[in-house]
Amino acid sequence: MRNLRHIFKLGIKEMLSLLRDPVLLFLIVYSFTFSVYTPSKSAVMDVVNASVAVVDEDHSDASRQIREALLPPLFLPAVPISFSDINRAMDEGEYTFVIDIPPKFQHDLTKGIAPTVEIITDATAMSQAGRGPSYIQKIIDWEVRPFWAGGEKSRSRELVRLVTRARFNPNMQQGWFVAINQIINNISVLAIFLTGAAVLREREHGTIEHLLVMPLRPYELMFSKIWANGLVVVIAAMASLFLVVKGAIGVPVAGSIGLFLGGLVVYLFSVTALGIMLATMVRSMPQFGLLAFPVFIVMSLLSGGQTPLESMPIALQKIMQFVPSTHFVSFSQAVFFRNASASMVWPDLLKMFLIGCAYVAYSLTRFRRMLAAIQ
Amino acid sequence: MKESTTYESAATLRQVAQHYGNVAALDGVDLDIPARKMIGLIGPDGVGKSTLLSLIAGVRRIQTGEVSALGGDMANAHFRNSVFARIAYMPQGLGKNLYPTLSIFENVDFFGRLFGQSREEREWRIRELFASTDLTPFRDRPAGKLSGGMKQKLGLCCSLIHDPDLLILDEPTTGVDPLARRQFWELIDRIRLRRPRMSVLVATAYMDEAERFDWLVAMNAGRVMATGSPDQLRRDTNEKTLERAFIQLLPEESRRGHKEPQILPWQSTGATPAIEAHGLTQRFGTFTAVDHVSFRIERGEIFGFLGSNGCGKTTTMKMLTGLLPPTEGTALLFGQQVKGGDVETRRRVGFMSQAFSLYSELTVRQNLLLHARLFDIPEDAAHKRVNEMLTRFALESAADTLAESLPLGIRQRLSLAVAVIHEPEILILDEPTSGVDPIARDGFWELLIRLSRENGVTIFLSTHFMNEAERCDRMSMMHAGKVLAQGAPAQLIAERKASSLEEAFIGYLEEAADKSVSSTPSAGVESDDSRAHPTKGSGAQSKFSLGRIWAFTRREAVELRHDYVRMAFALLGPLLLMIVFGYGISLDVEHLSFAVLDFDGTPASRLYADSFRGSIYFDEMAPLSNYDQLDRRLRNGELRFALEIPTGFQKDLQRGRQPEVNAFLDAAVPFRAETARGYIESVQDHYLTRLRESKGLPPVRKPVKIEARALFNQAFKSIYAMVPADIMLLLILIPSMLTALSVVREKELGSIANFYAAPASRLEFLVGKQLPYVGVALIQFASLVALAILLFQVPVKGSWAVLLAGGVIYVLASTGFGLLISVFATTQTAAIFAAAIITILPAVQFSGMFVPVSSLTGGAWFAARIFPSTYFQAISVGTFTKALGLPALWRNLVALGVIAAIYFVVSVALLKKQEN
Repeated sequence: MRNLRHIFKLGIKEMLSLLRDPVLLFLIVYSFTFSVYTPSKSAVMDVVNASVAVVDEDHSDASRQIREALLPPLFLPAVPISFSDINRAMDEGEYTFVIDIPPKFQHDLTKGIAPTVEIITDATAMSQAGRGPSYIQKIIDWEVRPFWAGGEKSRSRELVRLVTRARFNPNMQQGWFVAINQIINNISVLAIFLTGAAVLREREHGTIEHLLVMPLRPYELMFSKIWANGLVVVIAAMASLFLVVKGAIGVPVAGSIGLFLGGLVVYLFSVTALGIMLATMVRSMPQFGLLAFPVFIVMSLLSGGQTPLESMPIALQKIMQFVPSTHFVSFSQAVFFRNASASMVWPDLLKMFLIGCAYVAYSLTRFRRMLAAIQ
Repeated sequence: MKESTTYESAATLRQVAQHYGNVAALDGVDLDIPARKMIGLIGPDGVGKSTLLSLIAGVRRIQTGEVSALGGDMANAHFRNSVFARIAYMPQGLGKNLYPTLSIFENVDFFGRLFGQSREEREWRIRELFASTDLTPFRDRPAGKLSGGMKQKLGLCCSLIHDPDLLILDEPTTGVDPLARRQFWELIDRIRLRRPRMSVLVATAYMDEAERFDWLVAMNAGRVMATGSPDQLRRDTNEKTLERAFIQLLPEESRRGHKEPQILPWQSTGATPAIEAHGLTQRFGTFTAVDHVSFRIERGEIFGFLGSNGCGKTTTMKMLTGLLPPTEGTALLFGQQVKGGDVETRRRVGFMSQAFSLYSELTVRQNLLLHARLFDIPEDAAHKRVNEMLTRFALESAADTLAESLPLGIRQRLSLAVAVIHEPEILILDEPTSGVDPIARDGFWELLIRLSRENGVTIFLSTHFMNEAERCDRMSMMHAGKVLAQGAPAQLIAERKASSLEEAFIGYLEEAADKSVSSTPSAGVESDDSRAHPTKGSGAQSKFSLGRIWAFTRREAVELRHDYVRMAFALLGPLLLMIVFGYGISLDVEHLSFAVLDFDGTPASRLYADSFRGSIYFDEMAPLSNYDQLDRRLRNGELRFALEIPTGFQKDLQRGRQPEVNAFLDAAVPFRAETARGYIESVQDHYLTRLRESKGLPPVRKPVKIEARALFNQAFKSIYAMVPADIMLLLILIPSMLTALSVVREKELGSIANFYAAPASRLEFLVGKQLPYVGVALIQFASLVALAILLFQVPVKGSWAVLLAGGVIYVLASTGFGLLISVFATTQTAAIFAAAIITILPAVQFSGMFVPVSSLTGGAWFAARIFPSTYFQAISVGTFTKALGLPALWRNLVALGVIAAIYFVVSVALLKKQEN
């Protein structure tokens, strides 16, 4: 009881410290608004707003039809360019795709001679280069049917029809995914940096020494930081979820918010503990920044939120199992999009919890040593 | 240098008022401070002494009134910059303006360089200063590892290196032991002898020091009460001592209730001692900080520790509190051995450490309440107790002030209040009254005496004040980790046949010092100025000096070099990350898990499903038997897609009735789902082609032939796009994080005061700060490019010159961004957080790493335009993979340069050259 009260009182102190730093508060707001909204609206890894130029050497109705059919949301309006501009435009990365429609295009179509259309792709634009050409091909195929002599007779049916049905995100809106992923990233970065910096601040200002001559135990100190910083993040993340993700972006959250909240709390336990652990491994704030940031970058890029986990080498996938964000990403996707129930996601929750416990245990062993190092 | 003897006053103040919020620190001060004299500023804590000094030193912005120093207007930035070379300012606080990881020599050397001194000049000056302060043997010790007294001496050396005409010292001897203090003033005297032109302005809490000054300014509540020589003040007040005179000068209400503490003789009860030490020893490596110290302190006794700085007092106290386990020997509290985890004992002990260790971001009241609660005082009792403490320690007026804005003396009072808030049975106080004014000190002693005599509280304290040591029941004199003598003060004086405790103590110390080190205090500074010293460097007053930039750069670089951990993180971190990313970040989608729900179960349906098997893109899982399973296994994430083959598939296929196969995709990760759909469709096409062939049907005709041509990366290998992008990513993230703390750390830890007081411009300071980080970032750049080529086999196909130029400008921009954050942020926490949160979004999402820049719209488009990573991404991918050169990339180089310049200019504009 007494321990809990200490943890509570120390946590209140944490919050007061936090409120004294307007720059920090501003950054928290920024990270849960702008940095969730903007990328989800624009920076999506898909053929969305793909930039395309058309070299129209035919200037016919058919070629115009194609040009006008390249439309948002998949494509930005096609820009007409001349043949001689192709290389320069591609070099400068102005367009991801260039479509070259040959002279006599419509003429050949009506004669039933299949003309050759060239699609030039900037293959360094990895997220669009793969699928873009097949989208463009489909559009061209569709748009030229009215002009095509062989149209009617060859519309012979395929022998087997394949219907693909996207579950959980019927229109495959990448923005939904990005929004959730940004929230996860911001949760991680806030939790690690706030808690870790709070520990180091106490060290650099000598206050930790004072706390340890009081009837307090190191774990009380640790849990006070975990709950206080964790709570700040929970509030910010939930507000962002309702106001930005559901409100401004309009993602229909399929699963139970309650379940997500539960998972968020477990995740915050583990990731704030990670922040504390990192803080006990270094001696000063500059060192902490240089240790914690790479850890966060790895968490952000390799947990399955930015690129799929299955694309990574097996060894790396195994290592990432020891990082809580991997489980939180998979948990969040399951709950938000697949409406997964608690019985489906409990392994993720359990793993996050166990990882958190390991961090706490390790930090506690480091704590005394860290104090000795203050000398 | 011209002789500046035209002014009669070292400084003049007219109608100067300074407010912090609603609090008036200075309230209409008019003062003429005579030149070429030693001037003392005395007064209670928090009456504006420090503010006054910082205004004269030019490190604080003047709110109202006029301040002139050395004959010029300190509100004039031009004059200030020229006069800084002739002023030295040492701020309050033990070694607050020193750089703890730099050695003693490096600290002083930095100041020498800052004032444009040549190597020769610095060498003789430092040699001379060290000789006269006895710092020579410690020249390579980091400043952070010095005792308080040595820090102050070092601070003085740093101030004196440039022969200032006005030396401003804010409580320079607070926390310094008597011997060191005596040496300190002797040193000042010698320097004044050599440089009679120099005016010295000192704020002090020690009245015995004030005695030696030529002229005193007594202050109270933001106003000057009296000025004059010590004799004059004593005469005017009819008091024998300056201390009494000072108290007389205070207005009636300030000294009401003040009386000389009277101490009752103490009676031993013979009960178990409250504190015992037996052969207590502490070693740090080969250094023995405490060497077999033993003592017994009985319940209710006041026991004093008197000793030089760094003699092991603080370490002994830490062992008693359990903060530090002793190497040898035992410490007992209440007859029980002290253990690190013994929470119950701590409840009965109050501790106050030498350095301020309370929360500076909380108010006085919040600090007190927090501690009351942590000691489990019930809530209403806690509030009562807090109010009691506020009254007892005269903290009411400061109750709602943040601890960080309190003057030193008031902070000490707060620390004391915190130490006694839970009514402990033992009080362990490490120099509790350092920096506290005489009245508050007496008030505090009254409290101690009452606690001891009436409540039987045992008090163990260390002090530098002889009159305080005399009040102790027994005391122990320490030196170099050993106890020299122990006993009642009177007894110790008698033993040495000394006239006062101070004499006795210094006698003991000198005896011990003679035994241990043969070298006596230095021969001193040569007083003849005739010796041909190299003259002061010429760059000191110029507007822009490479020497000063180099001074800042060198200092920052040395600090970085001393920090092996940080260097290792900075140099190896990016390489490690690059390796992880190079293998880990891939947009290649493979191993998609799927399962088949085959309602038909015929050879034809099996043939259809077979077309998905044996590919690296797909991993088949156990088959499905119904929709429920399909739904569940998609929802729990086991399957990425499921194929449903309807009943009658074979029959329909044979009759040409076009059976319909369903593919259910998990689109929770749309990128993966889109790719999977592409794969599935191409498998389907393949299947259909073969099916038509097997049936002897002609292939389906298409209206248009498509010829797809992939530029730059024909094999569509992620690595050729990702490795150049990784370089872009790491070179913005790590260098900006590295630089982000450079300025804010100095702000938070106090050494920024050196910049305020230096004759250096903001431009020089920031260039100097940025350069070492640019150096580190360039090493990172070189190693990352090498890694890309050697390990990942991604060659540079385009222009090397553009890549290198781009790399250099890019790190200027990324370190510049870190610098901007550092100038803007107020705390280190905010700075590292800002560096992380602000850089990562544009670098990962808007730079073109994953999403082509040409597809960005709105806020993302804008962010991409103003952030450097976008432009370097174009250069990196352009030169590595796209085989491009200057014609295609020059715009990016220009944009990077413009951004780097803007970051720098904004940083310079935002940086403050004075405190508010």
